[in-house]
Amino acid sequence: MMRLELVKRAEKSRLMSVLSPIIAVALTVVFAGIIFAAQGHNPLSGVWYFFLEPITSLWGVEQLITKATPLVIIALGLSVCYLSNNWNIGAEGQLTIGAIVGSIPPILFPDFVNPLVLPLMLFLAMAGGALFALIPAKLKTTFGTNEILTSLMLVYCANLFLDWMVRGPWRSPQGYNFPITIDFHEWAVLNAVDVGGIYINLSAPIALVLVILLAVVMRSTLKGFEIRVLGQSPRAGSFAGFSNRRMTAFAFALSGALAGLAGMMVVMSEIGKLQPVISPGYGFTAIIVAFLGRLNPVGILIAGLVIASSYLGGEAIQTSLQMSSKLATVIQGVLLFFVLAADTLILYKVRLVTGREGESAHA
Amino acid sequence: MGEGTGDSTGEMLRRVGGDMPLLEVRHVIKRFGSFAANDHVSLKIMPGEIHALLGENGAGKSTLVKIIYGSLQPNAGEILWKGKPVTVASPAEARALGIGMVFQHFSLFEAMTVVENIALALPNCKATRELADTIARVSANYGLPLDPNAHIADLSVGERQRVEIVRCLLQNPELIIMDEPTSVLTPQEADQLFVTLRRLAEEGCAILYISHRLEEVRALCHHATIMRRAKVVAEADPARETVNTLAQLMVGNEITRVVREKGKLGPEAILLKGLMQVAQDAFGVSLKDINLSVRSGEIVAIAGIAGNGQTELFDVLSGEELAESEGMVIFAGEAAGLMDINQRRLLGAAFVPEERLGHGAVPALKLSENVVLTRHGTGEGIARRGFTRFGKAGRIVEKVTSLFDVRKGVIDPEARSLSGGNLQKFVVGREVERTPKILIIAQPTWGVDAGAAAVIRQSLIDLSRKGAAIVVISQDLDEIFEIADRIAVISRGQLSKAEDADTLTPEKVGLLMAGGAEKKGAAAA
Repeated sequence: MMRLELVKRAEKSRLMSVLSPIIAVALTVVFAGIIFAAQGHNPLSGVWYFFLEPITSLWGVEQLITKATPLVIIALGLSVCYLSNNWNIGAEGQLTIGAIVGSIPPILFPDFVNPLVLPLMLFLAMAGGALFALIPAKLKTTFGTNEILTSLMLVYCANLFLDWMVRGPWRSPQGYNFPITIDFHEWAVLNAVDVGGIYINLSAPIALVLVILLAVVMRSTLKGFEIRVLGQSPRAGSFAGFSNRRMTAFAFALSGALAGLAGMMVVMSEIGKLQPVISPGYGFTAIIVAFLGRLNPVGILIAGLVIASSYLGGEAIQTSLQMSSKLATVIQGVLLFFVLAADTLILYKVRLVTGREGESAHA
Repeated sequence: MGEGTGDSTGEMLRRVGGDMPLLEVRHVIKRFGSFAANDHVSLKIMPGEIHALLGENGAGKSTLVKIIYGSLQPNAGEILWKGKPVTVASPAEARALGIGMVFQHFSLFEAMTVVENIALALPNCKATRELADTIARVSANYGLPLDPNAHIADLSVGERQRVEIVRCLLQNPELIIMDEPTSVLTPQEADQLFVTLRRLAEEGCAILYISHRLEEVRALCHHATIMRRAKVVAEADPARETVNTLAQLMVGNEITRVVREKGKLGPEAILLKGLMQVAQDAFGVSLKDINLSVRSGEIVAIAGIAGNGQTELFDVLSGEELAESEGMVIFAGEAAGLMDINQRRLLGAAFVPEERLGHGAVPALKLSENVVLTRHGTGEGIARRGFTRFGKAGRIVEKVTSLFDVRKGVIDPEARSLSGGNLQKFVVGREVERTPKILIIAQPTWGVDAGAAAVIRQSLIDLSRKGAAIVVISQDLDEIFEIADRIAVISRGQLSKAEDADTLTPEKVGLLMAGGAEKKGAAAA
C-alpha cells in the first residue's frame, strides 16, 4: 500500500514560497490544455491563444497594462485590510464614490480649466473613497457590525447613486438625453504617452510606485509591523500598544482611497466622463488579485497581470477558436484553486509512504 | 539510580494491576526530519496504575503522548492495548479504545459553552439538557465545580482545565493522559484532584501523569518513567525516591536551587490607590478598592485562584485597560492610570502576560519581530522615525538567548516553533534584558520544566536585587514562597494586605485564596 502523507514543517519553507506560485501556474496551464482538448480543440493552440497570443502584440501589452493597473492599485489597499483582519468587500463601491467625488471639478466647475485640476481630482477621489470606506469601519468599531455585509451592501448604494446622478442632476444638456455627464476638459483627463510603441498613461507608473511604497511600508516600517501583528493576534497587538479600532479605520480609509484613485483614473483615461457603469467589476476582481498575490505587494503586481491576461485570453479564444469567453472565468477559478493548494507546500512537505514502512510503523 | 539505568529495571519494581499491561509501547521511534524526538521508547502502563512520565521540556514526553493518543504516527515500533497490537490512527480511535487526554494547552472553542464543547467530543454531538445535568453532576462529584452553560471565553485558565478533565471523564476512559494538570490549581484544589485521581485508579482506570512537580509525583504516582533527550533513561518507584534523586534522573545533573538574599529596599515604585475597575463583560471580575505599595528592590507576589481578577488586574496595570482615574496607578511617582502601555514602558515598566502565545508573543512572527513587539516604544531606537530596525532586535534576541539559555534550532525562529519553556524564557528575558525599574509578571513559570523555572525565578530575584520593583501574579505557591518578599492574595477582585512572606505558610495563603481574603479586605476597609 502506498500513500501520500503531509508532514508539517517546523518553519515556513522559503524555497516553496517562491516555487509554489510557479507550480500553480504550470498546473493551471496543463489543466487549461485538458479543458481545450475536452472542447475538441488542439490543447497546444488553445494554450497559445489563451496565454501567449494576447501579449505578442504591442497593442495586447497595452491592453494588459490598462486592465492590470486598477486591479493592482485596488488590491494593494485590500491587502492591507485583509492582513489586518478587516474584510472590506466593497472596493467596487468605494471606487464609484471616489470617481463621483473626484469628478466634481470638471462637471460642476467646467470653466475652472487649469493644470491644478488633475491633482485636485485625484485628491478628491481618494478622499471620497476613503470617507465612503469609513462607513463600514465606523459601524464595525461602534456597533460590532459585520463589515463584510455592510461594505458589500454599500456597493449597491454607490452604483445606484452614480446611476441617479448621471440620469438626474449631472446629466449633460448636450447629451441627447443619454445618461452621461458632460465631457471632461483637457486638464481633467489622463492622456496616453508613447513609450517604446506602447501608449500608457500616468496610472501605470503610479501603480508601480504604490507597489514599491507598500512593499517598503510592510517590510521595514512600524506601521507595516502593526498591520501584521494586529491581523495575526489582536491581543498581542494591544500588548504592543497598537489599537485595533484605529487600525480598522486606517485600513478601510487606505483601501477606500486607493479604490477611489483607481476608479478616477479609469474614468479619466478610458471614458472622459461619468456614465451609469464605469468599472467592469475591478473592485471585486481585485479581491482575487489580492489573494492570488498572497497579500504581498510584488505578488499583487504579478497577480494583477495574470488576471488581466486571462481577460484578454478569454477574448482571444473567442475570436480565434470561437470558444466561450466564459472559459476565462473557469481558468481564473482553476488558477486560484491551484495557488491555494500549492500554498500547502509552504507549511507542509509531501512524503510518499510505501507499504512496508507504513506497516512497520503501525503494526 | 544513575545515568546508565535501563528500562529493564522496571521489571523488578512493584507494580499494581496484575501482569497484563493495559498499554505497552515497544521501541517507538519518531523522527522529525533528522531529529529523533523519540528514540526506542518503551513504556508499560498497568490497569489502575498512576504512572508518572517525567522529563525536562523537549525530552520527548509530548511526542510520546501524542503517539499514544493517535495525533502523531510513529516511524517505527509498536503499541499494544491489553496485549493486542493496535494502530492508533487518530485521537478518535484512541477515544474509541478508551484512552482520554487532558491537554496542557486547551483545545476548547472559546465562543461555545461548556456543554457544547463537551458535546463535540461525544459520539452524538448533542448539547442536551441531560448532558448539562450530567456535567454538573460529574463535575461536582469530582470536586471540579463548573457551570455547564458558561462560555469558554469567560472562564479562567483553571476553569478551562476543569472542562477538559470533565470532558475526558464523561467518555469513561480506561486510561487518562494528564499533561501538567495541577499547574493551575491551588494546593487545596490539587489535593482534591488527587482524591479524584486515586478514586479513578481504584476503579481500575490507569492514569499517565505528566508533571514537573516532583513532590506531587512522589505522593501520587505508583510508577515513574523518566525520559531524557528522546530516550527512556530510568524507571522508578517514586515513593522510594526523593525529589532530588528524581530531579537528578530528569536533568542528568544537580539542578541549581534558587538563591535569595534579602534585598535593599529603595523608594516606592508602584503604588495602587483605591484601584477600582468595573468588569468589561458580564463574566469578568470587577476590581474593588485595591491598595498596594511595592518598593524597588522587593518582589511582591499576588496569589489567587484563576479567575479572581488577575487578568483584569494585569490589564489595568499594563495599560491595556485604562484605570478610572490617573491617580489610581502610580509608577515611579508618576500618575500612570490613564497612560497607554507604551507610555508606562517609557516610565521604566515592563510586563509579561500569562499567555505566552497570542498575548506575549505573536506565534507566526520571528523572535526578532517579537522583540519589536514590546520594545518599539521604549526609546531604545528599535523603531526610529517610523522605521523598524530588525537588526537591532536580532542582537537583543542573541543576548536574551545566551543570558537565558533559550534553545532554538535556527538563529531567528518563529515564536511558535519554540517549546513552552524556551518561549517563556524568551518572553521573560526580553523584558528582563532591559533592566526595567518595574516589572509586572503573570504566571512566570506556568507549564515550564524545573530547569527553565529555576532560570526564570533566579532572574526575577536578581532583577529585584538590582533595584527593580516586581509584582508576580501567580497561582503556584511553591514559586511564590521561593521568590516573594511579601505576599498578597486576590479573591473576587479584592486584594488582601501584602504580608511578609516569612510570617506566612502555604496553608495560610491557600486558605486566603479560597475566600478568606474577602473578609480580611472588608475588615481592613
